[in-house]
Amino acid sequence: MLSTTAQSQLCRLRPIPALKPRPLTTTSSSLLTDQSPPSTSPPPPPSQILTLRRSLLSRQVTAVQIAESYLARLRLTEPHLNSFLHVSDSVVREAQSIDDRISRDEDVGPLAGVLVGVKDNMCTADMPSTGGSRILEGYRPPFDATAVRKVRELGGIVVGKTNLDEFGMGSTTEGSAYKVTANPWDVSRVPGGSSGGSAAAVSARQCMVALGSDTGGSVRQPASFCGVVGLKPTYGRVSRYGLMAYASSLDVIGCFGSSVADTAILLNAISGHDRRDATSSKREVPDFISHFTASNTLEDKPLEGMRVGLICETLGSGVDSGVVSVINAAASHMEELGCIVKEVSLPSFSLGLPAYYILASSESSSNLSRYDGVRYGSQAVADELSSLYGVSRAEGFGSEVKRRILMGTYALSAGYYDAYYKRAQQVRTIIQKSFKAALDENDILISPAAPSAAYKIGEKKNDPLAMYAGDIMTVNVNLAGLPALVLPSGFVDGGPFSLPVGLQMIGAAFDEEKLLKVGHIFEQTLRGRRFVPPIIEDDNTC
Amino acid sequence: MASLLCRGILTYPPLLNYAALLRRKSHVFYCTMSTTEAQTATQGSQSTQIKISPHRKKKGLDDVLKDYEAIIGIETHVQLSTLTKAFCSCPYNYGSQPNTNICPVCMGLPGALPVVNSKVIECAVKLGLALNCKLNLKSKFDRKQYFYPDLPKGYQISQFDVPIAYGGHIDLDLPVEFGGGHRRFGITRVHMEEDAGKLLHSGNGSYSQVDLNRAGVPLLEIVSEPDMRNGIEAAEYAAEVQRLVRYLGVSNGNMQEGSLRCDVNISIRPIGQVKFGTKVEIKNLNSFSSVNRAIDFEIARQALLLSEGQDDQIVQETRLWEEGSQKTVTMRKKEGLSDYRYFPEPDLPGVTLTKEYVDSIRNSLPELPEMKRRRYEELGLSMQDVLFLANDVNVAEFFDETIAKGADVKLAANWIMGDIVAYLKNEKLSIDEIKLTPQELAELIASIKGGTISGKIGKEILFELVAKGGTVKGMIEEKDLVQIADPAEIEKMVDKVLLDNPKQLEQYRGGKTKLQGYFAGQVMKASKGKANPGLLNKILLKKLNAKS
Ligand SMILES: [Zn+2]
Repeated sequence: MLSTTAQSQLCRLRPIPALKPRPLTTTSSSLLTDQSPPSTSPPPPPSQILTLRRSLLSRQVTAVQIAESYLARLRLTEPHLNSFLHVSDSVVREAQSIDDRISRDEDVGPLAGVLVGVKDNMCTADMPSTGGSRILEGYRPPFDATAVRKVRELGGIVVGKTNLDEFGMGSTTEGSAYKVTANPWDVSRVPGGSSGGSAAAVSARQCMVALGSDTGGSVRQPASFCGVVGLKPTYGRVSRYGLMAYASSLDVIGCFGSSVADTAILLNAISGHDRRDATSSKREVPDFISHFTASNTLEDKPLEGMRVGLICETLGSGVDSGVVSVINAAASHMEELGCIVKEVSLPSFSLGLPAYYILASSESSSNLSRYDGVRYGSQAVADELSSLYGVSRAEGFGSEVKRRILMGTYALSAGYYDAYYKRAQQVRTIIQKSFKAALDENDILISPAAPSAAYKIGEKKNDPLAMYAGDIMTVNVNLAGLPALVLPSGFVDGGPFSLPVGLQMIGAAFDEEKLLKVGHIFEQTLRGRRFVPPIIEDDNTC
Repeated sequence: MASLLCRGILTYPPLLNYAALLRRKSHVFYCTMSTTEAQTATQGSQSTQIKISPHRKKKGLDDVLKDYEAIIGIETHVQLSTLTKAFCSCPYNYGSQPNTNICPVCMGLPGALPVVNSKVIECAVKLGLALNCKLNLKSKFDRKQYFYPDLPKGYQISQFDVPIAYGGHIDLDLPVEFGGGHRRFGITRVHMEEDAGKLLHSGNGSYSQVDLNRAGVPLLEIVSEPDMRNGIEAAEYAAEVQRLVRYLGVSNGNMQEGSLRCDVNISIRPIGQVKFGTKVEIKNLNSFSSVNRAIDFEIARQALLLSEGQDDQIVQETRLWEEGSQKTVTMRKKEGLSDYRYFPEPDLPGVTLTKEYVDSIRNSLPELPEMKRRRYEELGLSMQDVLFLANDVNVAEFFDETIAKGADVKLAANWIMGDIVAYLKNEKLSIDEIKLTPQELAELIASIKGGTISGKIGKEILFELVAKGGTVKGMIEEKDLVQIADPAEIEKMVDKVLLDNPKQLEQYRGGKTKLQGYFAGQVMKASKGKANPGLLNKILLKKLNAKS
């Protein structure tokens, strides 16, 4: 199975110090963990968070033991993956304080001891936060992003800051100013982007869950490429405070997990209104996992009557045939679960990509104006004001960021505004309406998360248009502000093993609950697939 | 954090163009032409020097001016006195140590987001209604983009195509000494925006530092229609705006501190011409009189250039008013229109006003200066008095409360504008800082009018009340100041004085009638000043002239 040189090198690194949990003394009452199925088929992914919690509270393991085992795996895999820009040096200390609380029988939060990766465009008070940009090299914010603060308040431990395309602008994570992250399924391939570091870290179990951000697909496409669950919540569901803005009207903080349950638990933790973000919603946040059905109690057709619309525009030309078959198989699987799957057409679908690139670039050209070298970040040596700005920004930004600033500045310029920005906003309204209509007819919509599986590092680096085209599956959802869940659902040939492909499920605004419920059933019933990358396959703690 | 902010920044000082053309002296313009004067490096070949031919020089400036009319519009920035800034919870206190009232939001740190202070919207609605504007029930914020070190985000949150209020007017009365007259000037729009920080330049000019205390402080920008024609009208417009914001309590309107800033747009054209002349903007106007003088200077400068056929010397530019030399100088020339690349602020939801909200604010508006002036006029006060009393909201309130307590309108006005204001000036106090209450002033006026005390004693009491407080009644009792108006009692005192001064009485009766004053003084003295003067004189005269 491990045929390439890189993979064989990895083999030599093994064994990873493995944590052997003692067998449970009591019968688990949890609905959510895997009960080994009678067949030889691999089990559905367990919830790492719930397993940890049960083990911690029953004193079978300590948070420090867990943290150390993850850190050990991180140290072994990181040289090959480069998922992290910064690894926290206080993980064990924080784990210890959780163990102390448990030993004193104090309450611990629902994320106690959970190791969380945080995309580096989110502010963390005690760690560098660079946004993957040279212009913020060494910058340490004085505050935690709201999502990060909530994670910490619930007991979560931030493992480190994950790599990304500079300020979230890119689809490969090659746009980072610092390093190129590799895909754990094939280290010669990209993990996707821009949240590639978070996706790779969860995929390689360097952390249990991770926060990413999704402006045009930056959570969902890397989730698909890395074989993990990725959730882009409804715009407004999660506070953006502390997320370095790329395109404010599209940016959403999202979640990565190795199971739907973990993703849902993380979403529970970070959702809700924030008085520091005027665009965050005041809607009540439901408990996203309370309605999950245990896999061993599933009825024959647990999704009976669920109306699923397969977006036909997403399976046309330009989409890898392997991807199309995975999605068709997923649709068949949903039919077996009782869903009524029909093709739906979104005529405005193809307009999404140009509209997205105009709006996102326009907003980014404005959002990135604050990086001027005056107050923070790298400042060029200059003897007059205009060169202070010019040189600081010329040296601080990478080429993709500059390209988008230029496009956005152009689109907002007098005389062009109506033709570009305003027109794109009109397209956005049309797209919102067409999604609304499709979701009135259907409970959820499905599509691929990307036209292909992970491609080679460097393959699209010098072809921005090809890279932009890869966002076709995801950008419409951001323009419409809707929630979408990406689930690993199959493989295509490629790499030494094979490459995972994700299924995208799109729901109505603020209906993450339905997406997660359906996603959980889909995941628990998808037999014969195990989305653990070869890089850690022999590690029996995963 | 502070260390981050104290980085030096190198800036060019504003490109100043010191072309001295005209100087105003005691309301008369005259040319101070000198070809050697006023050349700076930045001027280059494009000199704005005017050559005035000898025969022109002979023609008086007034002759030139009468051929032209000026079109003047004003953009006013009003800094709101809300407790916190527009989009964060930082306080703002004028004169604080640099960078002490700042947070991630107003510093423009990565990831920080603005949240609208609802008080800013309330102030905007108040001012919009007070300026007789229509309100946009749905407006929005936009980003105005440009780079400058005092602008931390690289854009200013403002309102572009949909301002919160538009299409209003302001009424005012010109001061009597400038000929008087009522004026109504149009208001184009009122919109909300945030202030920028301040640059502090080092002594030798080699670097600058940024103070962000003021960044994010809420402003309302009021744009007038180009309805003003001279400096006085413009200055009075600005003064009326100041009055309004003070009446409404939305700003302290202090021009020196920059809480009220006026930028003037001015163009002139030959009378009868339809086409507007080239528009010039004047900044750095720190008082109403500088608004007035800068405009009159600029009108004269442009009129002279036009009359000399040097139209091309009037260019679209921003000029600075120099208080020292009393002239405007080029600050920067506009190279076409600057493109601020406005677009809707995606971090803030739209601003929606409900009819109920607007009505509740409308109903809570105080009586505004124009209404006050009209009411005072109807009370029979002279325009001079009307303008004086309505000028200061605190004075007007004091006056209103005094007459509400039944005081005579004219007497109340006289007491306030006379002795009280004189006291305020001396002590550098405002009327709400003195101990005298309107209730007691009304009491005092009534006591004099009713004859309980004399006017002279009234004045003495007033100064005590102003400085120490207390009541008129208490003071009269305490000091036993009630006027003696009982004829029998006065007669007794008169008799005693006549008896004590037989010599003077003899002289009086011998024809030296001037001595009446002496006797009156003696009686008044004996009464400790309390005798009713009219009664005293009547009785005294009767006794003096009585055949004994
Ligand atoms: Zn602040």
